Amino acid sequence: MYPEYMMESIKKVAETRAKRLEIARKYGKKVFPAMSEQERADILNTYHPDYKDDALKEVRIGPNKGDKMINEVADIIEAYPRNSSSTFDLSKIDYETDVLVIGAGSAGLSAVLEASKKGVETMLVTKLRLGDANSMMAQGGIQAADQTDDNPYLHYLDVVGGGHFDNKKDLVEALVMDAPQSIKWLEELGVMFDKNEDGSMMVKPGGGTCRNRMHSTRDYTGAGICRVLRDEVQSHPDGINILEYTSATELIKDDKGQVAGAILYHMELKEYFIVKAKTVIIATGGFGRLHIRDFETTNHYGATADGLVMGYRAGANLLYMDSVQYHPTGAVFPEQIVGFLCTEKIRALGAQPVNKDGELFVFPLEPRDIEASAFIRECEDDKGVSTPTGLKGIWLDTPLIEELSGEGTIESVLPAMLRQYSRFDIDIREYPMLVFPTLHYQNGGLEINAKSETSIPGLYVAGEAAGGIHGRNRLMGNSQLDIIVFGRRAGKNAAEKVLNGVELGELSIKHADEYAKEVEKLGIDKKRISPILLPDYIPNHVKAKQLTTIYQGTLY
Amino acid sequence: MEKKMVTVYLSGELFKVPEGSTIIMALEYAGFQLKRGVGCREGYCGACATVYREKGDYKLKGGLGCQTVVTEGMAITQIPFVPAEKPLYELETLTPDVGTFTNLFPSVFRCVACNTCTKACPQDIQVMDYIQSIIRGDLESAANISFDCIRCGLCAMRCPAEIVQYDNGILARRLYGKYLAKKSPELDNRVEEVKNGKYDADIEKLNKMDRDELSKVYYDREIKIT
Repeated sequence: MYPEYMMESIKKVAETRAKRLEIARKYGKKVFPAMSEQERADILNTYHPDYKDDALKEVRIGPNKGDKMINEVADIIEAYPRNSSSTFDLSKIDYETDVLVIGAGSAGLSAVLEASKKGVETMLVTKLRLGDANSMMAQGGIQAADQTDDNPYLHYLDVVGGGHFDNKKDLVEALVMDAPQSIKWLEELGVMFDKNEDGSMMVKPGGGTCRNRMHSTRDYTGAGICRVLRDEVQSHPDGINILEYTSATELIKDDKGQVAGAILYHMELKEYFIVKAKTVIIATGGFGRLHIRDFETTNHYGATADGLVMGYRAGANLLYMDSVQYHPTGAVFPEQIVGFLCTEKIRALGAQPVNKDGELFVFPLEPRDIEASAFIRECEDDKGVSTPTGLKGIWLDTPLIEELSGEGTIESVLPAMLRQYSRFDIDIREYPMLVFPTLHYQNGGLEINAKSETSIPGLYVAGEAAGGIHGRNRLMGNSQLDIIVFGRRAGKNAAEKVLNGVELGELSIKHADEYAKEVEKLGIDKKRISPILLPDYIPNHVKAKQLTTIYQGTLY
Repeated sequence: MEKKMVTVYLSGELFKVPEGSTIIMALEYAGFQLKRGVGCREGYCGACATVYREKGDYKLKGGLGCQTVVTEGMAITQIPFVPAEKPLYELETLTPDVGTFTNLFPSVFRCVACNTCTKACPQDIQVMDYIQSIIRGDLESAANISFDCIRCGLCAMRCPAEIVQYDNGILARRLYGKYLAKKSPELDNRVEEVKNGKYDADIEKLNKMDRDELSKVYYDREIKIT
């Protein structure tokens, strides 16, 4: 339950609710004016964390040498590989396959399903348990322009407007044009989309959408999709070789410059394995667990950007690593769930963000970076509510949902949220949620084309690890979409490449050796190694006694 | 300010951890860097199934490690995996009826309606009710009741009839989603329209616009949301 001192502010929120309800009934979702282009630019410049003077630094090695990147990303880019030619005998091959997929969220699962359907041999490696991924945690929805008042043209506009027009257009086209058939594919695999009685899709708006385009499976949309894909993959062990608790630590290339496999690492047994593969698909997700600028995160335990590091060292280009998505509504109270995602669907259902005085201060469905900046502004202007642990937040007025759509709405459409808070004795049907922006998504990533290919022959990327689709800001529901669209494209195209004939030369990790020399020239501590594989949450007083322990994720 | 500490027993071993910690936080505070029995850390992936007894209580309870706060004297053990053979199937060849379950999951009919599975579920799902729905052949009800399952496996660990409830649940949902849910005609139409090139010219127009033109069209678009 909320502490006594917060109840004073909660009372103010309750007092202004009737008035705000009236506005909502009169104007629908447009309860506050949306920002103009100039207002958007101003608020980002003043309040968004990416725009702070010290947020970025220049990267000194690799394909993006000279580009500015988020500090924490630059740190894992300018780090030593785990593996070198002098310690690894690449002639002893443990596995051979046609298509190697690294990462088993919905992008990796989609990719491996499509590749295996083409009759090639596939291998799926995942750092933790199969299906443990950010994909499983997505709540709000998946976009697809399938309604009669909507179309792919409008979807395209929303994507590029939300992304500040930095998106790669061929990728946006692929995203919006594949969207309806992606929903169809998922439904045929048995995903239970929320529907109206006549079978039509129950669709909601999302931040930055001009139409109701958000499809959902309650507020378990990511799980609703990912667990079906996982079940389908697990039903086909003949075509798909699965290795769990195994991460990739370096890509292997051949003497012709093609990608030729990967070095794998068992997370518990600490054994390394060599996979020779004709094509490789990186589907390792994003960087949330780097805790950029010490932000809490909504991300899965394994979100440490491993694929970015491996792809970059192999010579693939990165896009927009100067940009981070902070989800406007992360929990800040109670302490046990700080950083947790409170789905955007809550606002799509009519909950309004209000400050400590109960005042609505922003259009509730601005694109995420704009909305997040507005929340930060309120808190910096002392309009936020402080928590016992020293955090600040603003209220997300959930009781409005029941007022607007009837009693029982929250229980039926937001069961995960209701359950999450009731575990800590907070009933979100009666009380608002205290929220603040939380580190959510990696907008950029490894550059791909519409076939999901990188510039390196045989190397594909899909999902959050890929860059360019969303420009510098992704809209809600387009990530669940892109992991399916580009996951499937990567799988199909990699398999086709194999079927057209791939001749691998001699295996090599010389690219990693050369990269290590560049890192050394910068005078970086030899103990700084990446990919980091996991974050490190062991307290310092314990570490001081664990004298011979090697931690994953400690960045020296 | 010093945090108040509580005593917990991790697989029987005594540790002092800060009050208010979740079980996962307590394990990490004790010094374990977790690789198994941990996943999303937000209650969505089901990787951190845990059983525990609270001081003075004879009951063996189940919970998610990332969602359960430790209490003074709590005895805790993680159950990161449930051994169970998942039947293999081609969804295309199945029918959405009880016969499918008779073939693939004969153990489901061993249910003695003891409700132990429901009591073990950290998601408060009426697990026994959906198993009974399957036995009755009501897959719609089974799909709906089991919807919030995160496959932590605690139901199957406690079931005296040795049913693997969560595997039944996912199959019921997939059969419902594929065969029983009413189809959306708008979706089928749009898939056809895209395939027939209805939007190609419009998209090409956007592809050719420069940044300023695109920005103008974007800010001028009509917003029609409800």
